[in-house]
Amino acid sequence: MGDVALSIEQLTVEVEGREILHNTNLEMKLGETHVLFGPNGSGKTTLLMAIMGFPKYRVTRGKIVFKGQDITTLTLDERARLGIGMSFQRPPVVRGVKMRDMVAACLRDQKSEGRINQLAEETNLADFLDREINYGFSGGELKRSELMQLLAQKPELTLIDEPESGVDLVNIALIGELINKLLEKDCPILERRCMGLIITHTGHILDYVNARTGYIMCNGVIGCSGDPHEILATIREKGYEECIKCFLRRASGG
Amino acid sequence: MVETASSKAHKDKAKAAAAKPAAFGEDIDLGAYASSTEEQPSQIDPSKLPAKAKERMLGAGVILDDPGQRAGTFIQMDNAPVHSSVRQEGVEVMAVSQALRKYDWLLDYWWRTVAVDTDKYTASVELNQHNGYFIRTLPGHKTIYPVQACLYLARAQLAQNVHNIIIAEENSELHIITGCTTASNEEAGLHLGVSEFYIKKGAKVTFTMIHNWNPEVAVRPRTGVMIEENGLFLSNYVLMKPVRSLQMYPTARCVGENAVVRFNSILVASPGSSLDVGSRAILDAKGAKTEIISRAITNGGSIVARGYIEGNAPDVKGHLECRGLILTGEGTIHAIPELKGTLAGIDLSHEAAVGKIAEEEVEYLMTRGLTRSEATATIVRGFLRVDIEGLPPLLGAELQRAIEASEKDLM
Repeated sequence: MGDVALSIEQLTVEVEGREILHNTNLEMKLGETHVLFGPNGSGKTTLLMAIMGFPKYRVTRGKIVFKGQDITTLTLDERARLGIGMSFQRPPVVRGVKMRDMVAACLRDQKSEGRINQLAEETNLADFLDREINYGFSGGELKRSELMQLLAQKPELTLIDEPESGVDLVNIALIGELINKLLEKDCPILERRCMGLIITHTGHILDYVNARTGYIMCNGVIGCSGDPHEILATIREKGYEECIKCFLRRASGG
Repeated sequence: MVETASSKAHKDKAKAAAAKPAAFGEDIDLGAYASSTEEQPSQIDPSKLPAKAKERMLGAGVILDDPGQRAGTFIQMDNAPVHSSVRQEGVEVMAVSQALRKYDWLLDYWWRTVAVDTDKYTASVELNQHNGYFIRTLPGHKTIYPVQACLYLARAQLAQNVHNIIIAEENSELHIITGCTTASNEEAGLHLGVSEFYIKKGAKVTFTMIHNWNPEVAVRPRTGVMIEENGLFLSNYVLMKPVRSLQMYPTARCVGENAVVRFNSILVASPGSSLDVGSRAILDAKGAKTEIISRAITNGGSIVARGYIEGNAPDVKGHLECRGLILTGEGTIHAIPELKGTLAGIDLSHEAAVGKIAEEEVEYLMTRGLTRSEATATIVRGFLRVDIEGLPPLLGAELQRAIEASEKDLM
């Protein structure tokens, strides 16, 4: 098995003075994909934003260690250059900045016209290169644009927030395919280095992307972990209400 | 000395308006500037002009070392024309004084799109006029390369008065790039420029103006445009360097059916710069269209960004977009978009936004590995990028380069 490459230790995060994430622990090894389930408002996005390093998500306790380095106090761009990337659920529009320029920026010293066009073809966004980033994009286009940028950026750890939200059935298969590519799913397991941490509310993405471990988040803590398909089956059968009840029972020692 | 062209009526009106303040902008004391009629040696080969002057002109988009990229050239230093030349058939470029001697009919175009008594600045041009350029395309002739014109302020404390006439005869096409600049980076000066454009049936004119003044210069351009049936006027105005005080509000009137006017303005106000810049389109004929787009950035100066569209005929359509970006806490941007409709069946709209760079956008770019300053520069560059429809690619690329060359001063 590979080494632990991401280690989240007793992480407590507050947003605008309110504690959202409490004492959270999580470990990922090289090449692994993990999935975060949980009801809305459970803290899934907060965990991803804190790992990425958004200043609004303030770590008040604990630490984040990536490839042996404590990154808890590093800025967004420092973390990005260390190999962490993020696919946003609702990325902002940046007027005037073309997709082409953004992909070129993500490619850094690897940038070439040919590579940019190739990525656009792969993500079915060839007609979008001269459009302003995310301006007037549909749900599926937004996700594909995020993945095109990430395929150019090639992070070792990709944080993916709700890849299926707002996406129709035609797009979801392509999105699954692109995530698999990003996470090197075509590589033999032992040679895989890229890691993914995916938030999914509905679990649909698991029809396309395999994951090793699943977690359920509730009220800012990771309640349990296990086989993602088993967790999803339980959620589908009993709903998140049952998860919350289970947490409360265990929290009160019952 | 230039012969006076105007009728007595113009002179009388000008005299009556000699002290009339402008509707907008700081009132400039005209008495503080010298009026010179000093001749300058004419220069047949503009590449032989002094290196420093050429460098300043290049900064305003005027290329003198490679005439192959231009259909014609006009250069005026202070109040004296020093060069005019043409490289393409069907194009006329000359000092307006010469054109007045050549063409009796030119008087019919004098003060038709700008009223001589608009304010003390138009009056001053009439009373103290010392040349300007005349550019004309003959019917059906289309320029491939732009004609360039440069109005250069060489002497300190001087008032430059110019009256330019541009005529695109029927079905002709004319591209103009005009650069206005000063010899000095610091000496005071005043530029008063009246420009009258006549776009005949089916003609197309693109007018790209780059202003490259200095922090002590005051500028009062007064521009009027008349566009006939199926004609097109496209104006691109770029001011990214410091200027003390600039006020202008060019007015285009679509008098023929389906006439089109587009104004794009890119304005940057440095500390100490005061800009009051607008664009006005009057749609007087059926099916006329306009689009007015401005991008204003302040890193310490003040900007009033105006826009006005008036629809007076059926099926006219106009859109006004004004976006402002405040980079530091000191600057101000005041966007004043106005629409006026006088009958049913017109379609006018506007959008205006003033703000700082959105932190959310900066952070988004930072997650892709850009540093904070790279992300900010990328957003500012994007903000200043206006895709200009109808501009020849060569000119579009030149304009983009001029903008990019000044961007670094902003950061």
